[in-house]
Amino acid sequence: MSNAELGSGEKQNLRDWLRTETPTSRRHARIASLYQGWLTLKANKLAMIGLFILVFLVLVAIFAPLLAPADPFEQDLANRLQPLWGEGHLLGTDSLGRDILSRLIYGARITLYIVTLVAMIAPIVGLFVGTVAGYAGGWVDTILMRVTDIFLAFPRLVLALAFVAALGAGIENAVIAISLTAWPPYARIARAETLTIRGSDYISAVKLQGAGPLRIIVKHIWPLCMSSIIVRVTLDMAGIILAAAGLGFLGMGAQPPSPEWGAMISEGRKFLLDYWWVATVPGLAIFTVSLGFNLLGDGLRDVLDPKDAGDA
Amino acid sequence: MSVTIQSENGRRASPIFSVVATIAKTLGTIAITMLGLLFITFVIGRIMPIDPLISILGERASKEMYEATYIKLGLDKPLVVQFFYYLWDVVRGDFGVSRLTARPVVDDIIRVFPATLELATIGTFIGVFVGIPLGVVAAVKRGTWIDQTARVIALVGYSMPIFWLGLVGLLVFYGILGWVGGPGRVGIFYVDIVPTVTGLILVDSMLDGQWDVFRDAVSHIILPASLLGYYSLAYISRMTRSFMLEQMNAEYVTTARVKGLSEWAVVWRHAFGNIKVPLITVVALSYAGLLEGSVLTEIIFSWPGIGSYITTALLSADMNAVLGGTVVVGLVFVCLNIFSDMLYKFFDPRAR
Repeated sequence: MSNAELGSGEKQNLRDWLRTETPTSRRHARIASLYQGWLTLKANKLAMIGLFILVFLVLVAIFAPLLAPADPFEQDLANRLQPLWGEGHLLGTDSLGRDILSRLIYGARITLYIVTLVAMIAPIVGLFVGTVAGYAGGWVDTILMRVTDIFLAFPRLVLALAFVAALGAGIENAVIAISLTAWPPYARIARAETLTIRGSDYISAVKLQGAGPLRIIVKHIWPLCMSSIIVRVTLDMAGIILAAAGLGFLGMGAQPPSPEWGAMISEGRKFLLDYWWVATVPGLAIFTVSLGFNLLGDGLRDVLDPKDAGDA
Repeated sequence: MSVTIQSENGRRASPIFSVVATIAKTLGTIAITMLGLLFITFVIGRIMPIDPLISILGERASKEMYEATYIKLGLDKPLVVQFFYYLWDVVRGDFGVSRLTARPVVDDIIRVFPATLELATIGTFIGVFVGIPLGVVAAVKRGTWIDQTARVIALVGYSMPIFWLGLVGLLVFYGILGWVGGPGRVGIFYVDIVPTVTGLILVDSMLDGQWDVFRDAVSHIILPASLLGYYSLAYISRMTRSFMLEQMNAEYVTTARVKGLSEWAVVWRHAFGNIKVPLITVVALSYAGLLEGSVLTEIIFSWPGIGSYITTALLSADMNAVLGGTVVVGLVFVCLNIFSDMLYKFFDPRAR
């Protein structure tokens, strides 16, 4: 009897416990269903690549000061526009002699910051509007959905640009502008889910027990809307990143000297023909991260929302 | 709805009445949506930190002049009244004067819009003629490497920052290979040669018989239009694939196969025939998306369309132009959506 065999035995037990058909408690059931989902997701290679990219992004953002070979803001005009694989500068330097790799690494923080904020604000606003509209019905529903339609009718980037113009350029305002244009689809989804849930028996049962509308919405409708919202958020992230980078590119997002990826492309654009890597390398970073979100979102949809996937 | 009920009761509703009712309802929807749109632009115009008077009068206006203009513009009235002033102006087609070009915003928009239209139309053509076959083939050959390739092409399209792809495209095809024309609609030697009839340079140069201008315009539009077309085809091919999958699993497809029809007839005549209607909506949506989504592409390619107009105005705090442009883009967007709805109803009797 070696320890290894014993260890694998315990592992087997754990796996059985996780894959049980007859859960012993509510927590057990929840963990088991999460594990089932994880197994499905794990089988999807593309989704795992996406997850890997995102975990990598988060780690890079967290450990930016340790990973970055140089200060992202330190200018060195003697060494400006150094080529790729240059000495001490793996990805070269930009027009002010700043190390591009270090700026990319710190830029991951900005990207993550924008995405996280928008991903918190837009779905919550949408969830709130959608469930209230769906649950209340009547004129509340009509008015809220009309407002949603109006925002949907507006072209997103143009609206975000107009908002940023009014509020002033900057990361926070870019977040607000993108959130303001991103919430309507969530409201639509949440309303549709609420309409199907509203009439079900368990809602009537909760009502009979004396629960008010607020409690019903928060405790009994929101949890059921979560899975479709999560899928939508993951798929939306790529769009959010592209919108934020677009705003940064137009000079309406993060301001210099901030190492935001879109702004870096915009800076490098002037030197495109002679020093192509200054503009193209940050674009690859944006592409990789939004591809990661799209791959993961695609896989998550298959796990959480099988009725929509259809074509797995 | 009431119309159908009436006709079921035996009293046949006059077809003219139903057409009028539909048109009235559609116009009502447009009106309400536009009202909301205008309200948003109005609010944006009010919360911006720039004093509109200083932008009109300049920094050195006297106090009397300032106050006179303040009252003349109605800025002393309550906000609600101001909103109605704004509405009235917009209804008469008056978006004010652009600071940057010193011309009425409407004239500017009429001048720049054809450029965007030309770009988006060709982009949509590319999207339709590549995206639909790609989607159909992916659905028919489901699970094979063709399907996987189509999936990757679409995912990459969804994930690529368009302004970056545009830069790389310019670098490779213009800077290094020299296969296409550079930024702008035509080369510098061809600017203003053909008389403006439609504003679409491709059409105008053909009408005028200036084939060298036409060729030059093609070489300039091909790259930005392909970029937009790529985005459009990513979306169109995915939607086509999922529509087609639904049809290919249907029983009538099996029946058609059992009858011994060729695969070509089964796929293109039977299954594809049934997805034409939803595809119209998808194409219209993607067309609307290109009309507005070309903002960044136009910047990269110095394309003098509505996207670069709005952005340039934005950077110089020319709010009349920004808001006017936004309203026009919104209006086009809303109209295209409603138009696609109507087409849907026209082609699909079940949706009536």
